[in-house]
Amino acid sequence: MIIRKLTILSAIISLFTVSAATAGTLDTVKGQGFFNCGVSQGVPGFSNPDSDGNWSGIDVDVCRAVSAAIFGTPDNVKYVPLTAKERFTALQSGEIDVLSRNTTWTLSRDAQIGLEFAGVNFYDGQGFMVRSDSGITSAMELDGASVCTNLGTTTELNMADFFRANGMSYEPVVFEKADEVVNAYDEGRCDTYTTDKSGLAAQRTKLADPDAHVVLPETISKEPLGPVVREGDGDWADIVRWSLNAMIEAEEFGLDKGSASSTCATTGNPVVARLCGKEGGNGAALNLGDSWSYDIISQVGNYGDIYEANVGANTPVGLARAGSPNASYKNGGVLYAPPAR
Amino acid sequence: MNTEIKDSIEVTKPPIASIGIIGWLRKNLFSSWSNTILTLLGIYILYSIIPSFISWAFIDASFVGSTKQECSKEGACWIFIKENLKLIFYGLYPSEELWRINSMYFVLLVCGIYILIPNLKYKGWVGSFLLILFPILSVVMFSGGFGLETVETRLWGGLFLTLVIAGVGIVLSLPIGVMLALGRRSKLPVVSLLSTIFIEIWRGVPLITVLFMASNMFPLFMPEGVNFDKLIRALIGVMFFSAAYLAEVVRGGLQAMPKGQYEAAQAMGLSYWRMMALVILPQSLKMVIPAIIGSFIAIFKDTTLVLVIGLFDFLGIIQFVGTNPDWLGFSHEGYVFAAVIFWIFCFGMSRYSQNLEKKLDTGR
Repeated sequence: MIIRKLTILSAIISLFTVSAATAGTLDTVKGQGFFNCGVSQGVPGFSNPDSDGNWSGIDVDVCRAVSAAIFGTPDNVKYVPLTAKERFTALQSGEIDVLSRNTTWTLSRDAQIGLEFAGVNFYDGQGFMVRSDSGITSAMELDGASVCTNLGTTTELNMADFFRANGMSYEPVVFEKADEVVNAYDEGRCDTYTTDKSGLAAQRTKLADPDAHVVLPETISKEPLGPVVREGDGDWADIVRWSLNAMIEAEEFGLDKGSASSTCATTGNPVVARLCGKEGGNGAALNLGDSWSYDIISQVGNYGDIYEANVGANTPVGLARAGSPNASYKNGGVLYAPPAR
Repeated sequence: MNTEIKDSIEVTKPPIASIGIIGWLRKNLFSSWSNTILTLLGIYILYSIIPSFISWAFIDASFVGSTKQECSKEGACWIFIKENLKLIFYGLYPSEELWRINSMYFVLLVCGIYILIPNLKYKGWVGSFLLILFPILSVVMFSGGFGLETVETRLWGGLFLTLVIAGVGIVLSLPIGVMLALGRRSKLPVVSLLSTIFIEIWRGVPLITVLFMASNMFPLFMPEGVNFDKLIRALIGVMFFSAAYLAEVVRGGLQAMPKGQYEAAQAMGLSYWRMMALVILPQSLKMVIPAIIGSFIAIFKDTTLVLVIGLFDFLGIIQFVGTNPDWLGFSHEGYVFAAVIFWIFCFGMSRYSQNLEKKLDTGR
């Protein structure tokens, strides 16, 4: 009797959960003709305004790639600027469908109810910047240094861990805003400035004499940044994950934004043909059209294109890709996409 | 007897050292050795700040050009402000729809000037147009509808958004504040209790908490997929917050009224609402004009807090524009520009309040 009651109860519960999950994000998004993408309030090279007031950056390009995969055009995205604190709420409450806001993939966040990481679009890590004339060449020489950093971030905790693990002392000088930290460092109120290396590179351009400063080689933390989606909608997560993977694999096989149409017309390589959408199957598996990956590559670009356009060595952000984890696995990096087949 | 003496003594002028500029200086700046030290210190501080600021902001500054490279290293780069002016003033609002904002600015300006010119007819009509029709018209013009393209509030930003938030906060919070003040002094226990609770709750939490709750907690209470516009959530928060403060200001004015005024109004047979509207409120609001305008200025400056919920107000958009990789490193220029614009608005409000006080100073 009790078992029967429990069965009925569980049936009722499952009825509710099923009805909540039936409206898939992809159907909703296709129906409304756009999706909402959560971005930052301005991180140079990741999500920032260009001079015309349009969003650009490597995080923004992930959203554009997803839009290209679904709609065949990168512009069916509505960008929602979010603070670091409200980003996860916005995703859980359905205000946004993809969160692409330099968010570090960690166990606690992934395990948290409602969040699922869909990949890594930038491998970041915390580093130190010092004045060239200080003669310091390694973070191990920073014993007793005063360190400028932001208040209440994991940056502060990583720094504490690093100094404690190496038996060194330090004096923290913390500020609320990145601008204040940079000014304090520039005015000489501390010996070194620590934040994620991407941040160091961007902030360096704000210093009075950028060439008089060097970023030390040590990376003291792992900060894999990537897009996040709501948990419990695997189809939607697949689309975001494979939009990113398609860009990485396209680079591996030499398919880039400029030459996509000519390469696709002549290719004999089955992998490239699949990315070009000439051999079917991939699109149907993702509930998308067969040209989904071709649309991404020809309109947004491959991973190398979006890296060099937004944060590469020739941009003001100036993060050299060679030798960093963001290089392809063939060039000594860790960027590796599972095969799109 | 006294008058005789006065008449008999020749009127002598005060010594030269106690009148004119020298006299003023002696009296106000060098009256004692401690005052002299403070004066010299003040002059030294001004001397060390002002010349370097002027040479940074004007003499060494770059005004002409369109790229970062054309800026001098020594001075301010006003090109940064010039090139991003559209973003700073209107946020991400679509360029081809800017005429909608501009035309509403124009209407506001014309009506405002009309009201400020003394002795013109139909001022009441213009005033009620501004208070009733203008807001409705603004909603349609700014957000779209009736054949106009829809512009979502997430695209609103810059000085425009600051003015919208401050405008809504100021215009709506005064009537709500007056009602709350009357409610708190009401003899009906339920009305009085509810008003008191409302006022004390909103006054008891910082605005930043209100905004944070509105943006982070509120969506979690709603069913999935139901989304209130973030700007509306923020507007309601700002409005209630400032209404609670204004209620206490107005209550101060009500309490300062002599009891005789209430009794006289009642003796004339006026009902409660007529007594309030015709006798008590006009006099008590007049008394608290400086405090009310003070609250308005505070609201105007508090609007910058919406940055914490991801809205780009005037200050927020200046920080945002500074993250464009082509324009990294000009936060000083941005903050100085923001300070100047904020000062112009706040100083304007404060002058208007003094003007209003003088004009209404009829009673005593």
